[in-house]
Amino acid sequence: MRYSTCFLTLICSLMLSLALLGLYAYLSRTSDGAHIASNMELVRRLKLTDLCLFTEARYTRNPAMADLHAPFQDHPMALEHFPSGSLMAPPDFVREKR
Amino acid sequence: MNRRIERYRNILDFALSSLLRRKGKNLSLLGMYTVIVFFIASLVFFIQALKREAALVLDGAPDLVVQRLVAGRDDPIPVAYGYKISAIRGVSEVKPRFWGYYYDPVTRANFTLVASGDDPPGRESIYLGSGVARLMHLNAGNYLSLRGAKGASQVFSVQKILASNSELVAADLIQIREDDFRTLFDFPAGRATDLAVSVRNKVEVPTVAAKIAHEFPDTRPILKSEMLRTYASVFDWRGGMVIVLLFVAVLSFVILAWDKATGLSAEERKEIGILKSIGWETGDVLILKSFEGMVISLTAYLAGVCLAYLHVFFFSAPFFEQALKGWSVLYPQFKLAPFVDPYLLCVLFFLTVCPYTVSTIVPSWLAATVDPDTAMRS
Repeated sequence: MRYSTCFLTLICSLMLSLALLGLYAYLSRTSDGAHIASNMELVRRLKLTDLCLFTEARYTRNPAMADLHAPFQDHPMALEHFPSGSLMAPPDFVREKR
Repeated sequence: MNRRIERYRNILDFALSSLLRRKGKNLSLLGMYTVIVFFIASLVFFIQALKREAALVLDGAPDLVVQRLVAGRDDPIPVAYGYKISAIRGVSEVKPRFWGYYYDPVTRANFTLVASGDDPPGRESIYLGSGVARLMHLNAGNYLSLRGAKGASQVFSVQKILASNSELVAADLIQIREDDFRTLFDFPAGRATDLAVSVRNKVEVPTVAAKIAHEFPDTRPILKSEMLRTYASVFDWRGGMVIVLLFVAVLSFVILAWDKATGLSAEERKEIGILKSIGWETGDVLILKSFEGMVISLTAYLAGVCLAYLHVFFFSAPFFEQALKGWSVLYPQFKLAPFVDPYLLCVLFFLTVCPYTVSTIVPSWLAATVDPDTAMRS
């Protein structure tokens, strides 16, 4: 078999796989929509405000509810010491040029 | 037409056999290229899916949460504030929220205790988030002992385990009755952790928040839009580790492309010289070299994107888990709903395939314009 035939077969199968994965994402909207809706209902029922992503400290568990100086609350000069702090961007006003 | 296609196929055949002659070098290049595309695409898929899911799920969050601050710190808010807030025009409902954190010294995990909600468990019973149940090996009907504020342990019966697909919002939750919550934490009477406010017309939420802040200067209203913005910024493109990871990946790619663009090997120059001396035109040589670049970059792009999709949506992004987990003992096990943004895939394509293909053409063009005899002798 010619090299070009092998290569074109490989590229076509990869493109087909990508298209099938995209189709899977489209078709699974209904089942995923159901679990997102049940989570939304749980959030509404329990009046939750945050995702449960970082459970290491109270201000990383509920970043939307934490006070503005939260990273410094453990002791004076306590800079952010949890790894998830490096995932969170500083507030917009800190980055704005004055 | 067929002759033209056949001509390009012949050049492609030659490009592939030329790549296979330097099998070791080109396979390692393809491998590295695929890994770079895989990491960038995984990051793009993960961030997009998480941001989308956060926006959808948190749409059910309260319109407004009112906290009380004492000397700049959060303090339980008098429930009586709620009666006055409900009298503000536009407010449809004010509900006190009772919630707090519980550190378990045995597992060294932080749990979130919630006592709000319309469907509370029975007396001295609890509903457990599936993350807590997994960590403590508990099932419905088992008992969990929590140490209260006064030092005495209180035993609760596990009435229900929350669904495992709710871990993204409830992995660490323990739902408890309000009176049990007050007893456990010795919570002051007539106070709540904060107040959840519903507003009839969503456009009026900032106005209601301004009125609350004016009427109760010791409070801090937090809007739902601010909660959603928190998550948009946590996984923002410009944010923290995300940008570091992206920067490293892009820099590795730039080094790779630069290495390729800075010149051809003596063997490749010789090859171009021979091709020109047997009658190939400069245009043919450029097509050959762009095909060589395209074979590597297109294969790496397609393989990298497909693998990234499987990594994020089928295997729950194990490579990112350690970075997200940080020091958490309790980490939620969640599967994100697949979401592919064609715009981002196109951006990724133009950022990875195009620069590499172009970078292979420039040195080839320089070599192809040189006299074949000089090129063969170089």
